[in-house]
Order: sequence, then C-alpha cells, then structure tokens
Amino acid sequence: MSEKVLMKGNEAIGEAAIRSGCRHFFGYPITPQTELSAYMAKKMPKIGGVFLQAESEVAAINMVYGAASAGVRAMTSSSSPGISLKSEGLSYIAAADLPCVVVNMVRGGPGLGGIQPAQSDYFQATRGGGHGDYHLIVLAPNSVQELAYLTAEAFNLSEEYRIPAMILGDGTIGQMMEPVDFDLIPEPVYAQKPWATNGTEGKREKNVTETLFLEPSELEERVFEREKKYDVVRENLQRYKSHDTDDADIIIVSYGLTSRVVETAVKILRSEGIKAGAIRPITLWPFPEKVFKEVHPKAFLSVEMSMGQMVEDVKLACDCSVPVHFFGRTGGVIPTPDEVVNKVKEILKEVE
Amino acid sequence: MKNGEVILAGFGGQGILFMGKILAFAAMIEGKKLSWLPSYGPEMRGGTANCHVIIDDNEIGSPIVTRPNILVAMNKPSLDKFEDTVLEGGYIFVDKSLIDRNVKRDDVKTIYIDATKIADDLGNKGLANMVMLGSLLKATDIFTIDEIEDTMKKSLPKSKQALVESNMKAVKEGYSLV
Repeated sequence: MSEKVLMKGNEAIGEAAIRSGCRHFFGYPITPQTELSAYMAKKMPKIGGVFLQAESEVAAINMVYGAASAGVRAMTSSSSPGISLKSEGLSYIAAADLPCVVVNMVRGGPGLGGIQPAQSDYFQATRGGGHGDYHLIVLAPNSVQELAYLTAEAFNLSEEYRIPAMILGDGTIGQMMEPVDFDLIPEPVYAQKPWATNGTEGKREKNVTETLFLEPSELEERVFEREKKYDVVRENLQRYKSHDTDDADIIIVSYGLTSRVVETAVKILRSEGIKAGAIRPITLWPFPEKVFKEVHPKAFLSVEMSMGQMVEDVKLACDCSVPVHFFGRTGGVIPTPDEVVNKVKEILKEVE
Repeated sequence: MKNGEVILAGFGGQGILFMGKILAFAAMIEGKKLSWLPSYGPEMRGGTANCHVIIDDNEIGSPIVTRPNILVAMNKPSLDKFEDTVLEGGYIFVDKSLIDRNVKRDDVKTIYIDATKIADDLGNKGLANMVMLGSLLKATDIFTIDEIEDTMKKSLPKSKQALVESNMKAVKEGYSLV
C-alpha cells in the first residue's frame, strides 16, 4: 500500500505540481494561499527549479507568460484580488495559446473583501476573467486528495489543449489538512511543443509569441480557430460526480467545499425520507451540462458561497425545464447543512 | 469512542492547532477518515485560535464542525463561544487555570483540569495543551496513550523528537487526573 501523508491543501498543490514536472513557479503572497508559495520556495531550489517571488501579481503572471512561451511547465497562484490583477496576463496567455496552471484560492469579495473562503469568483473564472473571447479550463476540487489529483490533471490538460488551466479552490480547501496519497495522481503526459520559443539552434525558422493582430479578418480567423478547440473541450471534458439522482424530487448542485456541506445535507434529507440528490461539477468550464439532460427532478437548487453565479449555468444546462432555486452565503460565511436542509424543505413545499 | 467531531479552542500560542494535528495524525495511522481545519486570520500570539477535527469511519462531508461532541476550551472566550454548540451527552474540557467560570449546561459531561498550572509545575506552561489532550484521551477513549506516543514519534520532525518525552509526560499527567 502506498503511503498517505497529512498535508494542507495549499502544500498538496505544490507537491503535485512538482511531481507533474513543474519547475517554474512565480508567486506573490496573499492570504489564504501563501503556504503554496512557501512550499515552492522551500522545495524548488533543491530540485533545480525556479521559485521567484515577483514584485507584483502582474509581474508574476507575465513571468508565467514568458516561461510558458519557452515551453516549460509554469505556474502561479493567488487569491481573488490578486487574480483580478493577473487577468490581463491570462488574456494574453490564452490569446497566445499557451499552457500554464493558475491557482485561485478564493476569498470573500468584491474589493479587498475579506480573507475567509468564498466562491464569488465563479463568473470571473468561467467566463475567462480578462478581456476578449477566451476561456480557461476551470477545475474545482473538493478535498485535499482531489486538489493534488486535479493539479496534475491541470498541467496535462492545459498542455494537451494549449489552454491555460485554473484550479478554483477556496480558503478552506487550501487551509485544511487531509490525508493525501501522491501515488494516485496522474503521471505527467508531455505534449510536443514545436511552437516553443526555446532557441532555433540555427536549424529552424524562429517561433514568435504574439497576440496583436491589427487586420480584423486575421484576428477573427484566429478567434474562430480557438473556438473550434473550445468546442472539442466542451464536448470531451465535462466532468462531474452525482449521486441519488435517479428518484430525486430535488437535485442540489454545488462545487468545491460547498459540495461537502451538501453531502451532509443530502444524508440528513434522505434519512428523513426526502428524495434529494446531488450533482457536483468538477469542471466548471466546460460546465457539465450533459448530465442535466439525463435527470428529471421537480426542481434544482444551486448552493454556493456567492450571491448566485453558477445558478445561471444550471438554468442554461437544464433549459429552465424545471424551477431552478438558489441558496448562498457569502463574504466568507460558509452555509451549514441545516440551512440547506431547510431551504430544500421550503422549496418542496412550494412544488407540492 | 473511536470517532468524533472535535473543536479545540483557545489563545494563539497555546498549541491548539498542534493538539488537533496529533489527533488527526493518529486517526490517519489508524486508517480512519479525517479532516483538520484551522481558523485562519490576521491573528497572532494571544489572539483566538481554534481548530476543527473530524474523525470517522465514513467519508467526511463538511469539514466544518457545527455540533461538536468534544470541546476543549483553553480560554474563556472559547467556552463562551462554543459551549452551546456541544451535542447533548458530549464532552466539554475546561482549562480551569484560565477559565474562572463553570460550564452552565447540565446535559454534557464536564471535565475541569488545572492544565496551565500543572504544565507550569512540569516546567513549561506551553505543555498545557498536552495535559488537556491527556485528559481527553482518558475520558473519551478516542485513542490510547500508546497510540498517541506512536503518533508523536511518527509525526514530529527529527529536530523535534526530543520533545516527545516531555510532551508525553504532560499527556500522562492529564490522563491521570480524570
């Protein structure tokens, strides 16, 4: 049997990234993700990697841009306000079709907000975040083990599709400790990178990383090409977990930490004979819309640590075929299982 | 009792998080499911600190403990904050060196330990957390003394192995008082 270790979520990301071949980390501290930078600062020098604390978030993401352009596995991490600063750089990286992994351990917002866990960056993450027509692959783990797993996946998927990937966690997932087994994470799968700006050695034409196209038809053509890639991802990459959906009168949709609150709530509801089920999107972009066509509850309930963001994707995914309700806490407040149970009972009273 | 939903709470600097880590690590060695969640914030020595530990045979849902069956309170604000959340029939451990009131509820088991004074007598006030841990082990049977000693040896880094002995002395002292 392989060895389990007890680790904080933020540290598990660092270890998983290193095992996935990441040797370039560009950080800037912010609560609640600083343990990841600290882990990389400790480990990278010992394995011949680069840890660099940049002068700002903007600098860090542009260092990732440069490193990714040269074809290496590069990473940066931050929390909400810092991700806003990185958004311009993310748009450039997406426009240059470069792979990289960005971690957002979300805290309450808007503005500087607070430092407690939140999910109020869902729109920002799933709609790209910066300017222009682009997407990130967005992965939402709900345990420390899955955090490690999806970090490794993020590097592989990002390289396979040449789309930047984001791990969207929250303060709690980053701060909590759970046992994690690194033998269970995917092996690195390295893509060929004929586009990398890593030196021609006089043997080939030079590669250029660029995002400026002043001729509208040329820019449109590039956006069209990228959209074709997004369509493939939309078709192939939808991931989710569901349970108790077959006979469910109500299906609760939630991701990340909130899905664990919902897990407890569903157990309570089932023990009281209430037919509740759950869908947990693991990819937030692409949103796992297919599963919503396969289930037939009387209502959906989206539970989030926000004022209602993913609920819009639930409405789109089910074509509003049944009522879609929302329950959320925000600003760093975590919903309790009892609150979710009460909301479900309230909704079912209306439905019946 | 081998499972539990535990809240450990006190001042920053009392080793609240460490006490939780020992329980979490012991659970991992036993092959249990567990979660350990610290409070985090702009806090410093002397501020409040608490930590939620869940130990179970089944997958753990929410890692946030809202109804603990074990509360360890190492200062008065912690007892004030969490006393009412403890499940009926649960345990409340009170460091009476630092808390000058009794538990108001009569539907829980209460254990008063002069932990900080005892630790001071042992030569290090910082061991009050280990004294509390010892009393918790005795009252709840969640782990044996040997399991905790084994956990400390396995979880502490080499540079801190020398502390196992003094920690265990404090644990045993707390154990003997219940």
